[in-house]
Amino acid sequence: MTDAIPRQDEHDGPGVVERIARDDVERKRFLKMAGKGVGGAAIASSLGAFIAACGSSSGGSGGSGAAAAAPTTAATTMSSSSTAMSGDLAIVNYALTLEYLESQFYAKVASSGLFKGSVLKTLKTFGGEESEHVVALHKVAASLGTPAAQPSGKFPIKSAAQVAKLAASVENLGAAAYLGQAARIQSREVLAAALSIHSIEARHAATLNLLTKQNPTPNGAFAKPMTMAQVLKVVKPFIA
Amino acid sequence: MTTRDPIHPELEAVEIHGMNRASFLLKGVLGAGALLGASAVTPFVSNALAASGSSDVDILNFALTLEYLETDFYQSKGKQLGLSGEAKSYARSFGAEEAEHVTALTKAIRAAGGTPVKKPTFAFPVSDQKSFLKLAYTLENVGVGAYNGAGPSLKSKELLIAAGEIVQVEARHAATVAVITHRAITPHGAFDKALTKHQVLAKAGPLIKR
Repeated sequence: MTDAIPRQDEHDGPGVVERIARDDVERKRFLKMAGKGVGGAAIASSLGAFIAACGSSSGGSGGSGAAAAAPTTAATTMSSSSTAMSGDLAIVNYALTLEYLESQFYAKVASSGLFKGSVLKTLKTFGGEESEHVVALHKVAASLGTPAAQPSGKFPIKSAAQVAKLAASVENLGAAAYLGQAARIQSREVLAAALSIHSIEARHAATLNLLTKQNPTPNGAFAKPMTMAQVLKVVKPFIA
Repeated sequence: MTTRDPIHPELEAVEIHGMNRASFLLKGVLGAGALLGASAVTPFVSNALAASGSSDVDILNFALTLEYLETDFYQSKGKQLGLSGEAKSYARSFGAEEAEHVTALTKAIRAAGGTPVKKPTFAFPVSDQKSFLKLAYTLENVGVGAYNGAGPSLKSKELLIAAGEIVQVEARHAATVAVITHRAITPHGAFDKALTKHQVLAKAGPLIKR
Protein backbone atom coordinates (compact mmCIF):
# COMPACT_ATOMS: atom_id res chain seq x y z
CA MET A 1 0.00 0.00 0.00
CA THR A 2 0.92 3.61 0.00
CA ASP A 3 2.34 6.04 2.52
CA ALA A 4 -0.90 7.98 2.36
CA ILE A 5 -2.94 5.14 3.77
CA PRO A 6 -2.11 4.39 7.38
CA ARG A 7 -1.60 0.75 8.04
CA GLN A 8 -3.40 -1.13 10.68
CA ASP A 9 -1.26 -1.70 13.74
CA GLU A 10 1.26 -4.39 13.06
CA HIS A 11 0.66 -5.97 16.41
CA ASP A 12 -2.96 -6.60 15.58
CA GLY A 13 -2.42 -10.26 14.97
CA PRO A 14 -4.88 -12.55 16.66
CA GLY A 15 -7.40 -10.67 18.75
CA VAL A 16 -7.07 -10.53 22.48
CA VAL A 17 -10.01 -12.83 22.92
CA GLU A 18 -8.57 -15.47 20.64
CA ARG A 19 -5.17 -15.18 22.23
CA ILE A 20 -6.75 -15.65 25.61
CA ALA A 21 -8.75 -18.60 24.38
CA ARG A 22 -5.64 -20.26 23.03
CA ASP A 23 -3.16 -19.50 25.69
CA ASP A 24 -3.87 -20.37 29.26
CA VAL A 25 -1.04 -18.25 30.61
CA GLU A 26 -2.22 -15.27 28.61
CA ARG A 27 -5.76 -15.90 29.78
CA LYS A 28 -4.80 -16.01 33.45
CA ARG A 29 -2.74 -12.87 33.04
CA PHE A 30 -5.66 -11.10 31.40
CA LEU A 31 -8.11 -12.15 34.08
CA LYS A 32 -5.69 -11.02 36.76
CA MET A 33 -5.24 -7.70 34.99
CA ALA A 34 -8.97 -7.31 34.49
CA GLY A 35 -9.53 -8.17 38.14
CA LYS A 36 -7.46 -5.21 39.22
CA GLY A 37 -9.70 -2.77 37.37
CA VAL A 38 -13.02 -1.58 38.69
CA GLY A 39 -15.57 -4.19 37.75
CA GLY A 40 -12.94 -6.52 36.45
CA ALA A 41 -14.95 -9.57 37.33
CA ALA A 42 -17.83 -8.42 35.16
CA ILE A 43 -15.71 -7.81 32.11
CA ALA A 44 -14.10 -11.15 32.67
CA SER A 45 -17.49 -12.82 32.77
CA SER A 46 -18.79 -11.03 29.69
CA LEU A 47 -15.60 -11.91 27.88
CA GLY A 48 -16.03 -15.40 29.18
CA ALA A 49 -18.86 -15.85 26.69
CA PHE A 50 -16.52 -15.06 23.80
CA ILE A 51 -13.87 -17.32 25.19
CA ALA A 52 -16.27 -20.19 25.71
CA ALA A 53 -17.84 -19.76 22.29
CA CYS A 54 -14.53 -19.40 20.58
CA GLY A 55 -13.05 -22.36 22.36
CA SER A 56 -15.98 -24.68 21.87
CA SER A 57 -15.94 -24.51 18.10
CA SER A 58 -12.20 -24.57 17.55
CA GLY A 59 -11.35 -27.08 20.23
CA GLY A 60 -14.44 -29.21 19.87
CA SER A 61 -14.86 -29.40 23.64
CA GLY A 62 -17.44 -27.49 25.59
CA GLY A 63 -15.34 -26.06 28.40
CA SER A 64 -13.42 -22.87 27.83
CA GLY A 65 -10.65 -24.10 30.09
CA ALA A 66 -10.04 -27.22 28.05
CA ALA A 67 -10.18 -25.32 24.79
CA ALA A 68 -7.90 -22.64 26.13
CA ALA A 69 -5.34 -25.24 27.05
CA ALA A 70 -5.40 -26.72 23.55
CA PRO A 71 -2.03 -26.69 21.84
CA THR A 72 -1.26 -23.55 19.89
CA THR A 73 -0.60 -25.57 16.75
CA ALA A 74 -4.33 -26.15 16.40
CA ALA A 75 -5.01 -22.47 16.67
CA THR A 76 -2.34 -21.39 14.22
CA THR A 77 -3.78 -23.41 11.36
CA MET A 78 -6.47 -20.99 10.28
CA SER A 79 -7.64 -22.93 7.27
CA SER A 80 -10.57 -24.96 8.52
CA SER A 81 -14.01 -23.44 8.27
CA SER A 82 -14.73 -24.10 11.91
CA THR A 83 -11.73 -22.04 12.89
CA ALA A 84 -12.82 -19.25 10.58
CA MET A 85 -16.26 -19.41 12.08
CA SER A 86 -14.93 -19.20 15.61
CA GLY A 87 -12.91 -16.15 14.59
CA ASP A 88 -15.99 -14.47 13.21
CA LEU A 89 -18.00 -15.45 16.27
CA ALA A 90 -15.45 -13.81 18.55
CA ILE A 91 -15.57 -10.65 16.45
CA VAL A 92 -19.37 -10.61 16.31
CA ASN A 93 -19.57 -11.14 20.07
CA TYR A 94 -17.09 -8.34 20.61
CA ALA A 95 -19.25 -6.04 18.45
CA LEU A 96 -22.37 -7.26 20.24
CA THR A 97 -20.85 -6.38 23.60
CA LEU A 98 -20.00 -2.87 22.41
CA GLU A 99 -23.49 -2.41 20.96
CA TYR A 100 -25.08 -3.57 24.22
CA LEU A 101 -23.08 -0.92 26.05
CA GLU A 102 -23.95 1.80 23.52
CA SER A 103 -27.61 0.87 23.67
CA GLN A 104 -27.65 0.96 27.49
CA PHE A 105 -25.80 4.26 27.46
CA TYR A 106 -28.32 5.95 25.15
CA ALA A 107 -31.23 4.60 27.17
CA LYS A 108 -29.74 6.22 30.27
CA VAL A 109 -29.03 9.45 28.41
CA ALA A 110 -32.54 9.62 26.96
CA SER A 111 -34.10 9.29 30.42
CA SER A 112 -31.63 11.64 32.11
CA GLY A 113 -33.66 14.79 31.45
CA LEU A 114 -30.49 16.57 30.34
CA PHE A 115 -31.56 16.92 26.71
CA LYS A 116 -34.56 18.38 24.94
CA GLY A 117 -35.89 19.02 21.48
CA SER A 118 -33.97 18.05 18.39
CA VAL A 119 -30.87 16.91 20.30
CA LEU A 120 -32.95 14.55 22.43
CA LYS A 121 -34.67 13.28 19.30
CA THR A 122 -31.33 12.61 17.62
CA LEU A 123 -29.96 10.81 20.69
CA LYS A 124 -33.08 8.66 20.85
CA THR A 125 -32.74 7.82 17.16
CA PHE A 126 -29.12 6.83 17.63
CA GLY A 127 -30.03 4.73 20.68
CA GLY A 128 -32.74 2.97 18.73
CA GLU A 129 -30.26 2.19 15.97
CA GLU A 130 -27.78 0.74 18.46
CA SER A 131 -30.58 -1.48 19.77
CA GLU A 132 -31.19 -2.68 16.22
CA HIS A 133 -27.50 -3.49 15.96
CA VAL A 134 -27.78 -5.54 19.14
CA VAL A 135 -30.70 -7.53 17.73
CA ALA A 136 -28.95 -8.14 14.41
CA LEU A 137 -25.59 -9.08 15.93
CA HIS A 138 -27.27 -11.35 18.45
CA LYS A 139 -28.88 -13.21 15.56
CA VAL A 140 -25.59 -13.46 13.69
CA ALA A 141 -23.81 -14.70 16.82
CA ALA A 142 -26.55 -17.26 17.45
CA SER A 143 -26.14 -18.55 13.91
CA LEU A 144 -22.40 -19.00 14.50
CA GLY A 145 -22.49 -20.29 18.08
CA THR A 146 -23.22 -18.80 21.47
CA PRO A 147 -23.95 -15.06 21.67
CA ALA A 148 -22.15 -13.04 24.34
CA ALA A 149 -24.15 -12.28 27.47
CA GLN A 150 -25.35 -8.76 27.95
CA PRO A 151 -22.84 -6.81 30.03
CA SER A 152 -23.99 -4.37 32.67
CA GLY A 153 -22.77 -0.92 31.77
CA LYS A 154 -22.17 2.00 34.10
CA PHE A 155 -21.85 5.48 32.73
CA PRO A 156 -21.25 8.82 34.42
CA ILE A 157 -24.25 11.03 33.65
CA LYS A 158 -23.55 14.49 35.06
CA SER A 159 -24.22 17.31 32.65
CA ALA A 160 -25.41 17.72 29.08
CA ALA A 161 -21.95 18.86 27.98
CA GLN A 162 -20.19 15.94 29.67
CA VAL A 163 -22.68 13.38 28.36
CA ALA A 164 -22.48 14.76 24.80
CA LYS A 165 -18.72 14.50 24.93
CA LEU A 166 -18.89 10.96 26.28
CA ALA A 167 -21.38 10.04 23.55
CA ALA A 168 -18.99 11.41 20.93
CA SER A 169 -16.13 9.38 22.42
CA VAL A 170 -18.27 6.24 22.50
CA GLU A 171 -19.28 6.57 18.85
CA ASN A 172 -15.78 7.39 17.63
CA LEU A 173 -14.56 4.35 19.54
CA GLY A 174 -17.29 2.21 18.00
CA ALA A 175 -16.39 3.31 14.48
CA ALA A 176 -12.70 2.60 15.13
CA ALA A 177 -13.56 -0.80 16.63
CA TYR A 178 -15.49 -1.94 13.55
CA LEU A 179 -12.78 -0.63 11.26
CA GLY A 180 -10.20 -2.56 13.25
CA GLN A 181 -12.01 -5.87 12.64
CA ALA A 182 -12.99 -5.49 8.97
CA ALA A 183 -9.96 -7.26 7.56
CA ARG A 184 -10.16 -10.08 10.12
CA ILE A 185 -13.68 -11.20 9.26
CA GLN A 186 -13.78 -14.39 7.19
CA SER A 187 -17.39 -14.53 6.05
CA ARG A 188 -18.46 -12.18 3.26
CA GLU A 189 -21.91 -11.91 4.80
CA VAL A 190 -20.59 -11.01 8.23
CA LEU A 191 -18.24 -8.49 6.60
CA ALA A 192 -21.11 -6.89 4.67
CA ALA A 193 -23.12 -6.63 7.88
CA ALA A 194 -20.18 -5.13 9.77
CA LEU A 195 -19.62 -2.58 7.02
CA SER A 196 -23.27 -1.56 7.06
CA ILE A 197 -23.01 -0.92 10.80
CA HIS A 198 -19.53 0.66 10.64
CA SER A 199 -20.69 3.59 8.53
CA ILE A 200 -23.66 4.16 10.86
CA GLU A 201 -21.29 4.45 13.82
CA ALA A 202 -19.30 6.91 11.69
CA ARG A 203 -22.41 8.98 10.99
CA HIS A 204 -23.25 9.03 14.68
CA ALA A 205 -19.69 9.97 15.57
CA ALA A 206 -19.57 12.87 13.11
CA THR A 207 -22.91 14.19 14.35
CA LEU A 208 -21.83 14.10 17.98
CA ASN A 209 -18.49 15.65 17.07
CA LEU A 210 -20.39 18.57 15.52
CA LEU A 211 -22.64 18.79 18.57
CA THR A 212 -19.57 19.06 20.81
CA LYS A 213 -17.75 21.49 18.47
CA GLN A 214 -15.21 18.92 17.38
CA ASN A 215 -13.96 18.11 13.90
CA PRO A 216 -16.30 15.61 12.18
CA THR A 217 -13.22 13.96 10.63
CA PRO A 218 -10.77 14.08 13.54
CA ASN A 219 -8.20 11.89 11.77
CA GLY A 220 -8.45 13.68 8.45
CA ALA A 221 -8.97 11.83 5.17
CA PHE A 222 -8.36 8.34 6.59
CA ALA A 223 -10.13 7.06 9.69
CA LYS A 224 -8.03 5.23 12.23
CA PRO A 225 -8.78 1.64 13.21
CA MET A 226 -8.36 0.37 16.77
CA THR A 227 -7.48 -3.15 17.81
CA MET A 228 -9.67 -5.21 20.11
CA ALA A 229 -7.14 -4.79 22.90
CA GLN A 230 -7.09 -1.01 22.51
CA VAL A 231 -10.88 -0.80 22.52
CA LEU A 232 -11.37 -3.13 25.48
CA LYS A 233 -8.96 -1.06 27.52
CA VAL A 234 -11.06 2.04 26.95
CA VAL A 235 -14.34 0.22 27.52
CA LYS A 236 -13.35 -1.52 30.73
CA PRO A 237 -14.24 1.33 33.12
CA PHE A 238 -17.77 1.38 31.70
CA ILE A 239 -18.57 -2.19 32.66
CA ALA A 240 -20.07 -2.58 36.12
CA MET B 1 -34.79 13.21 2.46
CA THR B 2 -32.94 10.10 1.43
CA THR B 3 -30.47 9.01 -1.19
CA ARG B 4 -33.42 7.61 -3.07
CA ASP B 5 -33.92 11.18 -4.20
CA PRO B 6 -32.69 10.97 -7.74
CA ILE B 7 -30.34 13.61 -9.01
CA HIS B 8 -32.16 13.30 -12.28
CA PRO B 9 -35.58 11.74 -11.78
CA GLU B 10 -35.62 10.34 -15.31
CA LEU B 11 -32.66 8.14 -14.42
CA GLU B 12 -34.75 6.08 -12.06
CA ALA B 13 -36.13 4.51 -15.20
CA VAL B 14 -32.64 3.47 -16.20
CA GLU B 15 -31.71 1.92 -12.89
CA ILE B 16 -32.56 -1.72 -13.19
CA HIS B 17 -31.61 -4.29 -10.58
CA GLY B 18 -30.24 -7.71 -11.13
CA MET B 19 -29.38 -7.39 -14.78
CA ASN B 20 -26.44 -9.11 -16.31
CA ARG B 21 -23.60 -7.05 -17.60
CA ALA B 22 -24.57 -7.18 -21.26
CA SER B 23 -28.17 -6.20 -20.75
CA PHE B 24 -27.12 -3.52 -18.29
CA LEU B 25 -24.74 -2.02 -20.81
CA LEU B 26 -27.25 -2.17 -23.57
CA LYS B 27 -30.11 -0.72 -21.58
CA GLY B 28 -27.86 1.69 -19.72
CA VAL B 29 -26.34 3.09 -22.88
CA LEU B 30 -29.64 3.24 -24.66
CA GLY B 31 -31.54 4.68 -21.75
CA ALA B 32 -29.07 7.19 -20.39
CA GLY B 33 -27.75 7.91 -23.85
CA ALA B 34 -31.17 8.84 -25.07
CA LEU B 35 -31.66 11.21 -22.18
CA LEU B 36 -28.26 12.81 -21.95
CA GLY B 37 -26.51 12.13 -25.22
CA ALA B 38 -24.62 8.91 -25.76
CA SER B 39 -21.24 10.63 -25.29
CA ALA B 40 -22.18 11.45 -21.71
CA VAL B 41 -22.18 7.88 -20.51
CA THR B 42 -19.63 5.99 -22.55
CA PRO B 43 -16.49 6.43 -20.43
CA PHE B 44 -18.23 5.67 -17.20
CA VAL B 45 -19.91 2.63 -18.63
CA SER B 46 -16.56 1.36 -19.79
CA ASN B 47 -15.27 1.90 -16.25
CA ALA B 48 -18.20 -0.10 -14.98
CA LEU B 49 -17.44 -2.81 -17.47
CA ALA B 50 -13.93 -2.99 -16.11
CA ALA B 51 -15.21 -3.00 -12.55
CA SER B 52 -17.63 -5.82 -13.30
CA GLY B 53 -14.60 -8.10 -13.58
CA SER B 54 -14.18 -7.30 -9.88
CA SER B 55 -10.41 -7.40 -9.73
CA ASP B 56 -9.10 -5.22 -6.95
CA VAL B 57 -7.64 -2.79 -9.49
CA ASP B 58 -11.02 -2.50 -11.22
CA ILE B 59 -12.76 -1.79 -7.94
CA LEU B 60 -10.14 0.80 -7.00
CA ASN B 61 -10.49 2.49 -10.38
CA PHE B 62 -14.23 2.65 -9.89
CA ALA B 63 -13.64 4.24 -6.48
CA LEU B 64 -11.04 6.58 -7.98
CA THR B 65 -13.59 7.87 -10.49
CA LEU B 66 -16.00 8.66 -7.66
CA GLU B 67 -13.27 10.37 -5.66
CA TYR B 68 -12.31 12.47 -8.68
CA LEU B 69 -15.96 13.42 -8.97
CA GLU B 70 -16.24 14.42 -5.32
CA THR B 71 -12.96 16.33 -5.37
CA ASP B 72 -13.96 18.27 -8.46
CA PHE B 73 -17.38 18.95 -7.01
CA TYR B 74 -16.05 20.43 -3.76
CA GLN B 75 -13.01 22.17 -5.18
CA SER B 76 -14.10 23.48 -8.59
CA LYS B 77 -17.85 23.78 -8.24
CA GLY B 78 -17.63 24.96 -4.67
CA LYS B 79 -15.23 27.71 -5.64
CA GLN B 80 -17.25 28.70 -8.67
CA LEU B 81 -20.44 29.12 -6.65
CA GLY B 82 -18.88 31.31 -3.97
CA LEU B 83 -20.10 29.41 -0.93
CA SER B 84 -20.35 31.00 2.48
CA GLY B 85 -20.34 30.02 6.14
CA GLU B 86 -20.18 26.37 7.16
CA ALA B 87 -20.78 25.25 3.59
CA LYS B 88 -17.63 27.07 2.52
CA SER B 89 -15.42 25.71 5.27
CA TYR B 90 -16.66 22.13 4.95
CA ALA B 91 -16.42 22.21 1.16
CA ARG B 92 -12.80 23.23 1.58
CA SER B 93 -11.87 20.57 4.15
CA PHE B 94 -13.93 17.79 2.58
CA GLY B 95 -12.55 18.65 -0.87
CA ALA B 96 -9.02 18.33 0.50
CA GLU B 97 -9.88 14.96 2.04
CA GLU B 98 -11.40 13.66 -1.21
CA ALA B 99 -8.23 14.82 -2.98
CA GLU B 100 -6.21 12.73 -0.52
CA HIS B 101 -8.39 9.76 -1.39
CA VAL B 102 -7.60 10.35 -5.07
CA THR B 103 -3.87 10.37 -4.32
CA ALA B 104 -4.05 7.26 -2.16
CA LEU B 105 -6.16 5.29 -4.62
CA THR B 106 -3.90 6.30 -7.52
CA LYS B 107 -0.88 5.05 -5.62
CA ALA B 108 -2.67 1.86 -4.58
CA ILE B 109 -3.66 1.10 -8.17
CA ARG B 110 -0.08 1.58 -9.36
CA ALA B 111 1.24 -0.51 -6.47
CA ALA B 112 -1.13 -3.30 -7.51
CA GLY B 113 0.26 -3.15 -11.05
CA GLY B 114 -2.76 -1.39 -12.55
CA THR B 115 -3.24 1.81 -14.52
CA PRO B 116 -5.23 4.52 -12.76
CA VAL B 117 -8.14 5.95 -14.76
CA LYS B 118 -7.68 9.48 -16.00
CA LYS B 119 -9.61 12.26 -14.36
CA PRO B 120 -12.93 12.62 -16.18
CA THR B 121 -14.68 15.89 -16.93
CA PHE B 122 -17.73 16.58 -14.82
CA ALA B 123 -20.82 18.76 -15.00
CA PHE B 124 -22.77 19.43 -11.83
CA PRO B 125 -26.35 20.66 -12.12
CA VAL B 126 -26.16 23.06 -9.19
CA SER B 127 -26.62 26.80 -9.22
CA ASP B 128 -26.47 27.94 -5.62
CA GLN B 129 -25.42 26.90 -2.12
CA LYS B 130 -28.70 25.14 -1.47
CA SER B 131 -28.53 22.92 -4.54
CA PHE B 132 -24.80 22.41 -3.96
CA LEU B 133 -25.43 21.02 -0.47
CA LYS B 134 -28.28 18.87 -1.71
CA LEU B 135 -26.01 17.26 -4.29
CA ALA B 136 -23.20 16.99 -1.72
CA TYR B 137 -25.55 14.98 0.48
CA THR B 138 -26.43 12.67 -2.39
CA LEU B 139 -22.84 12.22 -3.51
CA GLU B 140 -21.52 11.42 -0.03
CA ASN B 141 -24.28 8.91 0.56
CA VAL B 142 -23.61 7.31 -2.81
CA GLY B 143 -19.94 7.15 -1.83
CA VAL B 144 -20.79 5.31 1.39
CA GLY B 145 -23.00 2.85 -0.48
CA ALA B 146 -20.41 2.33 -3.19
CA TYR B 147 -17.59 1.46 -0.77
CA ASN B 148 -19.86 -0.68 1.38
CA GLY B 149 -20.96 -2.52 -1.75
CA ALA B 150 -17.44 -3.05 -3.08
CA GLY B 151 -15.70 -3.84 0.22
CA PRO B 152 -16.57 -7.55 0.45
CA SER B 153 -15.31 -8.09 -3.14
CA LEU B 154 -11.81 -6.81 -2.41
CA LYS B 155 -9.37 -9.69 -2.32
CA SER B 156 -6.55 -7.82 -0.60
CA LYS B 157 -7.06 -7.37 3.13
CA GLU B 158 -4.80 -4.35 3.05
CA LEU B 159 -6.99 -2.70 0.43
CA LEU B 160 -10.08 -3.61 2.43
CA ILE B 161 -8.66 -1.73 5.41
CA ALA B 162 -7.85 1.22 3.17
CA ALA B 163 -11.38 1.20 1.77
CA GLY B 164 -12.73 1.05 5.32
CA GLU B 165 -10.64 4.04 6.35
CA ILE B 166 -12.06 5.96 3.40
CA VAL B 167 -15.71 4.90 3.72
CA GLN B 168 -15.77 5.97 7.35
CA VAL B 169 -14.72 9.44 6.23
CA GLU B 170 -17.39 9.48 3.50
CA ALA B 171 -19.98 8.58 6.13
CA ARG B 172 -18.71 11.37 8.36
CA HIS B 173 -19.00 13.82 5.47
CA ALA B 174 -22.54 12.61 4.70
CA ALA B 175 -23.58 13.09 8.32
CA THR B 176 -22.05 16.54 8.47
CA VAL B 177 -23.90 17.70 5.36
CA ALA B 178 -27.06 16.14 6.80
CA VAL B 179 -26.68 18.06 10.06
CA ILE B 180 -26.04 21.46 8.47
CA THR B 181 -28.92 21.03 6.00
CA HIS B 182 -31.36 19.29 8.38
CA ARG B 183 -31.51 16.12 6.33
CA ALA B 184 -31.59 12.55 7.63
CA ILE B 185 -28.29 11.64 9.32
CA THR B 186 -28.95 7.94 8.83
CA PRO B 187 -31.08 7.88 5.69
CA HIS B 188 -31.43 4.09 5.74
CA GLY B 189 -31.88 3.67 9.47
CA ALA B 190 -29.62 1.42 11.53
CA PHE B 191 -27.90 -0.29 8.57
CA ASP B 192 -26.32 1.50 5.67
CA LYS B 193 -27.19 0.15 2.26
CA ALA B 194 -24.58 -1.29 0.00
CA LEU B 195 -24.97 -0.09 -3.57
CA THR B 196 -24.18 -2.15 -6.61
CA LYS B 197 -22.08 -0.63 -9.35
CA HIS B 198 -25.23 -0.24 -11.41
CA GLN B 199 -26.92 1.73 -8.68
CA VAL B 200 -23.87 3.94 -8.23
CA LEU B 201 -23.74 4.56 -11.96
CA ALA B 202 -27.38 5.53 -12.07
CA LYS B 203 -26.69 8.25 -9.50
CA ALA B 204 -23.24 9.45 -10.50
CA GLY B 205 -22.98 8.57 -14.18
CA PRO B 206 -24.97 11.55 -15.47
CA LEU B 207 -22.50 13.94 -13.84
CA ILE B 208 -19.63 12.56 -15.90
CA LYS B 209 -19.23 14.14 -19.30
CA ARG B 210 -16.14 12.44 -20.68
